[in-house]
Amino acid sequence: MPPERETRRTTVPVTIGGQSIVLDHSGAAFLPETDDLLVADLHFEKGSAFAARGQAMLPPYDTAETLRRLEKVIARVKPARVICMGDTLHDLAGDARMSESDRNRLARLVGRQDWVWIAGNHDPAPPEGYGGTAAEELRVGDIVLRHDVERGAHSEIPAGVVIGHYHPKAAVRARGRRISGRCFATDGRLLILPAFGVFTGGLNAREPAIAGLLKGDFQVFMIGKNGLFGFRREQLIPDPKRAA
Amino acid sequence: MTADLPDILQSWFATRGWNPHRHQLAMLDAAQSGRSALLIAPTGGGKTLAGFLPSLTELISEDPLPAGLHTLYVSPLKALAVDIHRNLEQPIAEMALPIRAETRTGDTPQSKRVRQRKKPPHMLMTTPESLALLLSYEDAPEIFSSLRCVILDELHAIEDNKRGDLLSLGLSRLHALAPQARRVGLSATVAEPDRLRRWLSTTGHAKGVQLVLGEDGAEPDVKVLETRAEMPWSGHMGAHAVPEIYEQFKDGGTTLVFVNTRAQAEIVFQELWRLNEDKLRIALHHGSLAVEQRRKVEAAMVRGDLDAVVATSSLDLGVDWAAVDLVLQVGAPKGATRLLQRIGRANHQLDNPSKAVLVPANRFEVLECRAALDAIHAHTLDGIPERPGGLDVLAQHILGMACAGPVDRDALFAQVRTAGPFARLSREDFDDVFNFVGTGGYALGAYDRFKRLRENEDGLFEISSKTAIRDYRMNVGTIVEAPTLKVRMGRGRVLGEVEESFVNYLTAGDTFVFAGRLLEFVEVRETSVITRPGKGDAPAVPAYVGGRFPLSTHLADRVRTILSDPTTWKNLPKQVTEWLEVQRWRSLLPSREGLLVESFPRHDKHYLVAYCFEGRNAHQTLGMLLTRRMERAGLNPLGFVATDYVLGVWSTKSPENADLAALFSEDMLGDDLEEWMAESSMLKRTFRNVAVIAGLIQRRHPGEEKSRRQVTFNSDLIYDVLRSHEPNHVLLRATRADAASGLTDVRRLANMLARVKGQITHRHLDRVSPLAVPILLEIGRESVYGAAIDELLGESADELISEAMENIGTKELGFDAA
Repeated sequence: MPPERETRRTTVPVTIGGQSIVLDHSGAAFLPETDDLLVADLHFEKGSAFAARGQAMLPPYDTAETLRRLEKVIARVKPARVICMGDTLHDLAGDARMSESDRNRLARLVGRQDWVWIAGNHDPAPPEGYGGTAAEELRVGDIVLRHDVERGAHSEIPAGVVIGHYHPKAAVRARGRRISGRCFATDGRLLILPAFGVFTGGLNAREPAIAGLLKGDFQVFMIGKNGLFGFRREQLIPDPKRAA
Repeated sequence: MTADLPDILQSWFATRGWNPHRHQLAMLDAAQSGRSALLIAPTGGGKTLAGFLPSLTELISEDPLPAGLHTLYVSPLKALAVDIHRNLEQPIAEMALPIRAETRTGDTPQSKRVRQRKKPPHMLMTTPESLALLLSYEDAPEIFSSLRCVILDELHAIEDNKRGDLLSLGLSRLHALAPQARRVGLSATVAEPDRLRRWLSTTGHAKGVQLVLGEDGAEPDVKVLETRAEMPWSGHMGAHAVPEIYEQFKDGGTTLVFVNTRAQAEIVFQELWRLNEDKLRIALHHGSLAVEQRRKVEAAMVRGDLDAVVATSSLDLGVDWAAVDLVLQVGAPKGATRLLQRIGRANHQLDNPSKAVLVPANRFEVLECRAALDAIHAHTLDGIPERPGGLDVLAQHILGMACAGPVDRDALFAQVRTAGPFARLSREDFDDVFNFVGTGGYALGAYDRFKRLRENEDGLFEISSKTAIRDYRMNVGTIVEAPTLKVRMGRGRVLGEVEESFVNYLTAGDTFVFAGRLLEFVEVRETSVITRPGKGDAPAVPAYVGGRFPLSTHLADRVRTILSDPTTWKNLPKQVTEWLEVQRWRSLLPSREGLLVESFPRHDKHYLVAYCFEGRNAHQTLGMLLTRRMERAGLNPLGFVATDYVLGVWSTKSPENADLAALFSEDMLGDDLEEWMAESSMLKRTFRNVAVIAGLIQRRHPGEEKSRRQVTFNSDLIYDVLRSHEPNHVLLRATRADAASGLTDVRRLANMLARVKGQITHRHLDRVSPLAVPILLEIGRESVYGAAIDELLGESADELISEAMENIGTKELGFDAA
């Protein structure tokens, strides 16, 4: 209704570990120097995982919808390489539940440019028969791309790290309403990508699991309907229910 | 007719010095001819006894006493079931009858529930949800085979909602298990008794159910309070009148003070205590308070230990108090039927009039109170549009039936159609719902290998897993509560519950009024809000959701009539007539049939105010659609605010020369509405409720909170996916039906647009008119509804940035953000 505001942006360039990364309104991120597109946590076949367990009969369209979004961002950005940051499949049996047409769409997509599958906790092995290469982690310039942060000691600390895994979302107060949405979260050294899959839930960025990984004064970029909106840590409201 | 009453009952009446009421005998007569009956009587007319008298008579007359369940009593309130049970035990004990009566609700211990199924009592008092659960057991046919009578209490409160749908489906199943059982409906006064008769019947026709009317009580004695204070221009709390409210019950005897929202209950209660120099015993009662607390207040009320209770709709139904002398309604009544039922809570002796005082909270509410008074004198009530039974409730019922045993699809369809709200259910809709329950009902058929219902060799459908049965039993019912947190004093006592969305607003140190105290928010721990006694007296008042009913069509019509006809103003207080006189002089009065629209500049903005009187929900929908149109017309609207009476829109360009006929034309209900409805958060909320009731997503249960992120789904995501991939899915259809009939009041809006066509009067003024003042005062107080999420985000960022800029100059925010 009101006039366009300058704050509405569909991409936001940030610098992680000295390297420039463009955050995209779709939930993907783009490395302009190497022409890489990053997407995290697609969770293909999450819906059918529930039906298979005799639980809720959720709409079986999540894989197709996630693929559609992926096709769209790839067509727009035309990267040289796509990097899936892990948890591409919701579970190891997910591949078998995928429909023929979804499988073909994914194969076509993988064949279009270079493709890397980073291993996730839901899918330690990459989906078979689609091509692409598998990796535990990937180093691009001074930064490391992984599914989750590395636990335990690391001999060589990289300048920057990009991960998925935590499905960050953020909540803010605006004119008496609470608004929440998926977000990117970063402290300038670590960047956590939002989940790209349509059925993936989220974890409040103020939760210790996420906030504990980031330096005190971190920042998030929340995905609105048509743009990205930046907020600082203290502007975010936590979930009322905190894990014990 | 008394000849039909067994001697022992006749002498019981005699020892108490009673004579059976005419309507009690009429109910007995209907029962003895095997007919179902509907009794409509005000509270206190011996209605419950009228319902049970035929059953007592039958059980007394049959020798030997038959074994098995004879009478099932269903109440929408647990507490009422318990209370009725207690009241029934009295005559049973006094007559030393060998009749066993028991209660079965969510509170009944497991061992007792198991025993009740093995050896049912003669009379069982229960709730719609507990009945649905009972019917989902394999032994339901044995439990109910002996059933002779089903009594449905407070039918008016349940008939037009989803709990009523669930109950009605349960009755259709009972009819198949016990075709001999007659039905007895008990209801307060309603506008259309035939609706309830149709609901009760097994054929969808009112004729099959005998109508019995209780004696009319004396005409109620109702007044509108004329305040000494300045009549507020806006606001809904009625705090200005608290001293006068206090005076009312200082000499009014036991008083029930009804308010419209829980927040209002807290404020009025707090203010009353401030004035309570006479140490009157005043208590508070609303749905957020801890159950034990509410029971305590009710018990004290029954004992006559209280002078006044401030209550919300939490006391609209339930326990009978003979001792209430006066009812106060603070804030506009919103509907004549509800008001009449509330007034009926006072003075249950039929020959004495109920006494009530209406306390309007603002100027428009004075008109509404006056309209309600006229309606009561004219004996006109609010009609409610009929709505078909919910497909989501049907899904729950089908799953429940499959839990009880293999289901014959055709037979179940026939059975379901004997339920009033589903009498016109199409086979297509039934099949779609059935398929949804079985496999999710998706066109893709992706889940054919994961069926929840499996067809056996006899063509019957069996439930495929124990998980599905457990899920059904955990999720039964149609009440989907907003997630709540317990409010605790320190780490100790639970005071009640508040919505999670309210807690989201609080930061440590914030104070709020709850359970009649000022509390300071400390922290959230697990599922509890930890508080301590607050200091000072300026709380941030709880903004509870819900509790507000929109103005009824019937009252709205009467309000327009009063406004348009100055000869009816003689009963209005002077402050109000002056306000209306100045309006008449400066602008125009809204007419009865047409629509008055005013526009005027103020500061740097332009305002457009439409006097529609169609209730908040309809106005909010209209506001959304109108601003879209104004945007296309280049008027640059910035926002809108809606009350029950008026819609106000503000813009950067003047609507002085706008084509109002085009702006308000009926075709706005076409594409714009479709598009907006699909996007609106209202529809998403509706979908969430539908998805929970239909069993697509699970309710949250206490103790499961920690793992809920893994098992619960964001229903918005499911809604979006379903909408883009299967827009005609049965759950989306159910969602749209709910939205059309209730939440958005689209039908009401459509009727208004049709009515005012060709009768829109536009007055352009050089400044704000008297009638427009209240809506302008609402701006900023009400959260601006419907503004796009992105705009709010953008604005919030702007605000925060400008705030930060003022404090720290031009320092860069964040680190590397461009």
